[in-house]
Amino acid sequence: MAAFLSLAEAIEANVRDGDAVAMEGFTHLIPFAAGHEVIRQRRKRLSLIRMTPDLIYDQLIGMGCAERLTFSWGGNPGVGSLHRFRDAYQNGWPNRIEIVEHSHAAMANAYDAAAAGLPFAVFRGYRGAELPRVNPSIKEVTCPYTGEKLATVPAVKLDVAIIHAQKADRKGNVLLEGIVGVQKEAVLAAKRSVVTVEEIVDELNPPSPNSVVLPGWTVGAIAVVPGGAHPSYTHGYYKRDNAFYKAWDEIAHERDSFSAWMDENVLRKGPEVFAAHAKKAA
Amino acid sequence: MSANFTPNEMMTVAAARALRNDDVCFVGIGAPSAACNLARQTHAPDIVLIYESGTLETRPNVLPLSIGDGELCETALTTVSVPEMFRYWLQGGRITTGFLGGAQIDRFANLNTTVVGPYEKPSVRLPGGGGAPEIATSCGQIFITMAHTKRAFVEKIDFFTSLGHGQGGDSRKKLGVTTKGPTKVITELCVMEPDETSKELTVVSLHPGVTKEQVTAATGWQIKFAPGVGETPPPTDTELKVLRDLHARTKAAHGGNA
Repeated sequence: MAAFLSLAEAIEANVRDGDAVAMEGFTHLIPFAAGHEVIRQRRKRLSLIRMTPDLIYDQLIGMGCAERLTFSWGGNPGVGSLHRFRDAYQNGWPNRIEIVEHSHAAMANAYDAAAAGLPFAVFRGYRGAELPRVNPSIKEVTCPYTGEKLATVPAVKLDVAIIHAQKADRKGNVLLEGIVGVQKEAVLAAKRSVVTVEEIVDELNPPSPNSVVLPGWTVGAIAVVPGGAHPSYTHGYYKRDNAFYKAWDEIAHERDSFSAWMDENVLRKGPEVFAAHAKKAA
Repeated sequence: MSANFTPNEMMTVAAARALRNDDVCFVGIGAPSAACNLARQTHAPDIVLIYESGTLETRPNVLPLSIGDGELCETALTTVSVPEMFRYWLQGGRITTGFLGGAQIDRFANLNTTVVGPYEKPSVRLPGGGGAPEIATSCGQIFITMAHTKRAFVEKIDFFTSLGHGQGGDSRKKLGVTTKGPTKVITELCVMEPDETSKELTVVSLHPGVTKEQVTAATGWQIKFAPGVGETPPPTDTELKVLRDLHARTKAAHGGNA
C-alpha cells in the first residue's frame, strides 16, 4: 500500500547506494524533483536505467551518483549532447561510468517483460545492427514454430522505479495521462517505487476509463511535489520549458559552470522550488 | 517559382514531396518532422504521422523540439504507451515510411549514430541508436535526410547502428529482412537512390545550382551519377510559404530561439 511521505523521506526510504534505478519519462513527466533529492542525499554507485537519459541523468552522472548507465538514446532532445555523460564516459570525470547500450525497441520490450514477470523479452530486432557485438546481453533465439531468428534481451530488474504523475487519490491510486512512456511498466518491474505527483485529490475521476492508473497497492511511496517534472512537463498542468533544455547545453558544457549551477539550484535548494514552475505556467 | 531559398529548405521540400497522402510515417525530430508536416500542409493532407513517444495521427501546429512535446499528444488521434508503439505499430509492420539520419552514412546507406572512433574508446560519443535499429528494418521503406559533407558521407562508417543495404546486393534478404530499406537519401545538394541491383547510392537529381563536382567533393567515396541525372524542381512559392510559416510559429513557441 502506498505511503504518503515527504520527498526526502520517500527517497531516504527507497533508494540505496548501489541500487538499479529507473527514473522514467519519455520527454513528458520526467521526475526532476526526485532526481534532485537523490543528488542531495548523495546516493552513490547507482546503476541508472532509462530509455532516454536526458538532463536529470546528466546531472546525476555529473554529481558522481552513477557507476553504470543502461540506455538506448542519450542526448538532450532537439539540442545536442549530454556533456556531463560524455565527460564521465570519455574522461572519467567525476568518475568513470560503464554503459550497457540497447535500442528503444529492446528497452521497451525489456520493461514489458519485467512487468510481466518474464526473464527475457523476445522481439524482431537488431538485424544488421552492430550493438549485439558490443553488448553481450543481446542474444538470439529461434522461434519453435516458424524457425525465425529473433532477438532477446534480459528483463530489466529494478530495485526502484521513480516516476512523476498528474495526481493520486487519498487511497494512493496514481493517474497518468498524455504521453505515458514506459512508466507503468517500470513501476511494475521494480521492487520499490517512488511517485511524485502534482496534487492529491479525493477522487481520481478519470476522464476516460482507459486512463493509465496504477492501483495504490502497486505503488511504494507518494510525495506531492507541484511542478516536480520541470523543465520537463506535466500534461494538463504546465508546458515543457524548451528554453531551459537549450540553456542546459551551455551550463553543462564546462565542469565549473555545471558545478556552480548544481550547487546553487540543487544542493542549496529543496523540492519546494519546483512549485514556482507549476504556478508560472498555470 | 521562387529563386530565393536556402539549401536546407530545398532538402526539406524535396523530402516532403517524396511523401504520399496514403503514407503512414514514423517521424523523427528535425528535418524529417519539418518535411512530414510540410507534406501534410500541402499535397498530403491525410498523411498519418506517428512519433515514437506514442502519438498516433498527430497534427502539430508547430514543430516539436523533442519527440515527446505536448503539442504532439494534444493534436493526436490517440496516444499509446512506448512498448505498444514499438511492438504493435512498428514491429507489427503498420508503418509505410520511416525517416532516419545520422552522423555517418556509407555508400549502401548504412547509418551510424553511435560513436565516432572505436566503440570502447570513442573520439565522439553520439546519442546512440534509439528507435533506429528497428525503424530501419520494420518500416516499409526508409528515407534518409542528412547534411552532405565528407565527414558524414564516408567510405567506412565507424559503427553499424542501423541497417541500410548492408554490403549491397541482397544483403537485407540474407539477414531475413523483407522490407525495402533506404529508397531515398535527400541532402541539401541532391537526391540519391540505391541502384536496383548493386544497391549502391546513385545521384538521381541535383538541386538547382548544384554541380556534380560539388557533390563529388562532399562525398567520401567515388559517388555515382545516374545516366541523365536531372535537376530537382525548386521549391514553389506555396511550399516555401508553408515551410517558413511553420518555422516562424515554431520559433515563437519555443522561447524565441528555435
